[in-house]
Amino acid sequence: MSIDIAALTVGQDIGSRSITVTRTDLVKYAGASGDFNPIHWNEAFATGVGLPGVIAHGMFTMGAAVQLVTDWAGDPAAVVDFQTRFTKPVPVADTTGTPESGAVIEVSGAIGALDADAGTARVDLTVVSAAQKVLVKAQAVVRVA
Amino acid sequence: MTINPDLQGRSYPAAEVYDVGREKIREFARAVKATHPAHFDVAAAEALGHSDLVAPPTFAIIVAQRADAQLIEDPESGIDFSRVVHADQRFTHHRPIIAGDRLVAELHVDGVRAMGGGAMITTRSEIFALAPGDATGAAGVREPVATTTSSILVRGEGQ
Repeated sequence: MSIDIAALTVGQDIGSRSITVTRTDLVKYAGASGDFNPIHWNEAFATGVGLPGVIAHGMFTMGAAVQLVTDWAGDPAAVVDFQTRFTKPVPVADTTGTPESGAVIEVSGAIGALDADAGTARVDLTVVSAAQKVLVKAQAVVRVA
Repeated sequence: MTINPDLQGRSYPAAEVYDVGREKIREFARAVKATHPAHFDVAAAEALGHSDLVAPPTFAIIVAQRADAQLIEDPESGIDFSRVVHADQRFTHHRPIIAGDRLVAELHVDGVRAMGGGAMITTRSEIFALAPGDATGAAGVREPVATTTSSILVRGEGQ
């Protein structure tokens, strides 16, 4: 694969996707990442510290959102920089035992900037759950040809 | 409990070595719902010019949060982990993380700022790969792999 920087324009859409999230997904992410903060898996603990309920790890949302960029780039190694601010939590309802998801995260991306000298494109992600922006200034810098 | 303002400028040297395994890359990739074959299939990674499986872009958080734990668990820091909220995160990759890498992280406390009754703490992990044959990092030959920066908000009482 290679993306020709000359073929890209600022504002260009790179696509979108919906990510469904369940409590099981949060347990898997906890195990995979080593982040066992109980606000991500224990309802009583989460409400006890003033949260609406169990919330997704910010790093789950960040890590899942960048897959749109990875797949567009064609090589995970092309993502040379990735940053975000976490603005709103993503509460994940307990739908255990049903086929329903506990939350849905909508991700869309557009070219935010091009740097021909560096050979990079910046992809700006819009990441929304329950009509709230959950990530802000979510920007991935991708090496392009 | 209050945050120790003297934390600013503090560094924690590289501690344990993190061995990047293929199955861990696959497990982490599944956990963030990544489907790119370069995370799962060695031949697919090789076809892109990599020597082994490529970690997803946020994989370094595993190593960075282990380094952060040194600060959070430091009794001098005054940080109550149950009051910590992740405020922002950045990954800058100097090269991709590849299965077989042996990584170490040096933690730097770049900023401590009072916010209401709490504090915003910004940390930076400099992640390096050890050279083959350097079991502990003692030989000092290290290749820069990633720089991660993270801000955490430690909520004060009533926040």
